[in-house]
Amino acid sequence: MFLSSNPQLNKHGELHHLLSIEGLPAAILWQILDTAQSFVGVTQREVKKVPLLRGKVIFNLFFEPSTRTRTTFEIAAKRLSADVINLAVNLSSQSKGESVLDTVANLAAMQADMFIVRHGQSGAPYLIARHVGEDIHVVNAGDGRHAHPTQGLLDVFTIRHYKKDFRALRVAIVGDILHSRVARSQIHALTTLGVPELRVIGPKTLLPSNVDNLGVHVYHDMAKGLKDVDVVMMLRLQNERMEGSFLPSPQEFFKFYGLTADKLALAKPDAIVLHPGPMNRGVEIDSDVADGNQSVILPQVTFGIAIRMAVMSILAGN
Amino acid sequence: MKIHIKNGRLIDPASATDARQDVFIAAGKIVAIGAPPPGYHANRTLDAGGLVVCPGLVDLAVRLREPGFEYMATLESEMFAAAAGGVTSLACPPDTDPPLDEPGLVEMLKFRARNLNQAHVYPVGALTVGLKGTHLTEMAELTDAGCVAFSHADAPLTDTQLLLRALQYAATFDFPVWLRPQDAGLARGGVAHDGQVATRLGLAAIPACAETVALSAILLLARETGARIHLCRLSSAEGMDMVRQAKHLGLKVSCDIAIHHAHLSEMDIGYFDPNCNLTPPLRSQRDRDALRAALADGTADALCSDHAPVDDDAKQLPFGEAETGATGVELLLPLTLKWAEESRLPLAQGLARITSDPARVLGINAGRLTPGASADICIFDPERYWKVEAQALKSQGKNTPFTGIEVKGRVRYTLVEGQIVFESA
Repeated sequence: MFLSSNPQLNKHGELHHLLSIEGLPAAILWQILDTAQSFVGVTQREVKKVPLLRGKVIFNLFFEPSTRTRTTFEIAAKRLSADVINLAVNLSSQSKGESVLDTVANLAAMQADMFIVRHGQSGAPYLIARHVGEDIHVVNAGDGRHAHPTQGLLDVFTIRHYKKDFRALRVAIVGDILHSRVARSQIHALTTLGVPELRVIGPKTLLPSNVDNLGVHVYHDMAKGLKDVDVVMMLRLQNERMEGSFLPSPQEFFKFYGLTADKLALAKPDAIVLHPGPMNRGVEIDSDVADGNQSVILPQVTFGIAIRMAVMSILAGN
Repeated sequence: MKIHIKNGRLIDPASATDARQDVFIAAGKIVAIGAPPPGYHANRTLDAGGLVVCPGLVDLAVRLREPGFEYMATLESEMFAAAAGGVTSLACPPDTDPPLDEPGLVEMLKFRARNLNQAHVYPVGALTVGLKGTHLTEMAELTDAGCVAFSHADAPLTDTQLLLRALQYAATFDFPVWLRPQDAGLARGGVAHDGQVATRLGLAAIPACAETVALSAILLLARETGARIHLCRLSSAEGMDMVRQAKHLGLKVSCDIAIHHAHLSEMDIGYFDPNCNLTPPLRSQRDRDALRAALADGTADALCSDHAPVDDDAKQLPFGEAETGATGVELLLPLTLKWAEESRLPLAQGLARITSDPARVLGINAGRLTPGASADICIFDPERYWKVEAQALKSQGKNTPFTGIEVKGRVRYTLVEGQIVFESA
């Protein structure tokens, strides 16, 4: 009944926190993508720094381990000339029983300007955003199964880089949709930007109920789902899901849902392949495809820095 | 103390009375309705002009949090909250710490509650020792100590053989068994209804079949054993259909619904509101509509508050880690009135679900206004609007998804055995 106004936007309708792509107007997504485009140049210069966030203090607050995302946020913040402090909270105060909000209150008292938050529980960044002061921004760097908005943004940035017009695309997302915060952010980003046909492909155990309500077409058969698509977005299969009640074995998953050159041949000849990393070669993707000429997996990582620079600079400017 | 309640609109669902009649109280009992008995002189007269005079409310699920969870709430705070909500009889589930599995604990609770001179407390005993689901409790001893029924609260009961024997044993002595149907395996790890909101928010899900699978087992075992079963806090449309059918077949079952599920759905989780982390989870709008209809047609016998005060520290956590439950005993009346009004039901029929009907489920002589009955009475202003504000609640638990909404119907007086235990301006 309460908590009904969009906590991501300030009273002018501008981005104040980045918590989820859901609920953001397309104009804000375009603003982020265009700003990121301008930073791609910076990242390719010899001196890869701009002074936009000089004097700002950014905390990387990771309640769950991460190497790649944390590092790209750190690089992005440093290129904007901010001071970055990395905290792996699961190793420090949380193990002493301090609550999330106490940790955040203490760090806020150290004059933080921005929190980059990763947490194992869906919605944790919302809790933090509700409790920090008005001048502090929160960026969700992945919460439970809910959202990973900067990943979703860098994926659409990558797609735009290669494919230009979202309104002419057929896109398939393959694998463990149920547990994937990446998939949810991708779906919201792609539908907001006007992709006319978005498909999800996976076994019934790895698809959430009502997934069609998100505006996607559901496929269980790779051959049908990949037919004539322009973009294939693979998801990581977490180790703990590979055997047990979701799937019998990684081998059987690979047989039906692993991306091989044969299966990719069903897509359009110029289709691109994305993966959020880290990859399980031979489980969700074959090495030939991961390293092949349709793969844009490494450019994704590079664009990730520009996207995170864009998000941080926009937030700091609002 | 003789109290004369005058000029009120007396509504007694049990006798289908809805009329302007005075009530005369002496020595804790109602001595007359309508005209005073000969020689009656009141010590105090309550002017109930513009107010409704109805039986004190009977709430089938109020957690008093004692023993064991005094940091969340105390008997004093929650009994006062009940009085402020017009509740004069309440059943408390056994999920205390330790659970209500020994006569001594039950006697202590009854004794402490009696000393507060507020609502009548009816403990529901634990069905198994420690609510662990392995050993039956001494049900006869617990009944002697004051338990009115036996339940497993929200603790998982995975051993179906044990459930069968518990029902056989209870049926031997005709002890009622209260069960909240939920298959422990299907609900494992879940925090929200398996529907579009859990899908969007990435919350681990509890499907509706977690309720119906367990419910079908309970109904089959009820038929097998002849046990008297009360089903607590049903949440799904399919579950309601199964109960309707079971009643049609003549099974001895009754059931209740919580106020939250009669008014809210998964949509109210909004942006991860931890106050909407409830047990069972808030389900779809279709489910909610079916619950409301079942309450109207009598398939659901009672509305309860499912009162579960939680301390702030346990709620200010990410949704999936937050303690489940919400405070509710002070909202039972206005939310019942809201449901009845929105369902276009006569006030008396709405009030039946929180007075005479739950009294029948409990098997107690309460929930009715007749000469000779204990003077347990709720007097409320049916037109008074008020805004639910956490800090204004009497309960120690301030957590409710209804914070900030306007409700109609405010308790003015609560009487238990002829004593005014609550009054407001």
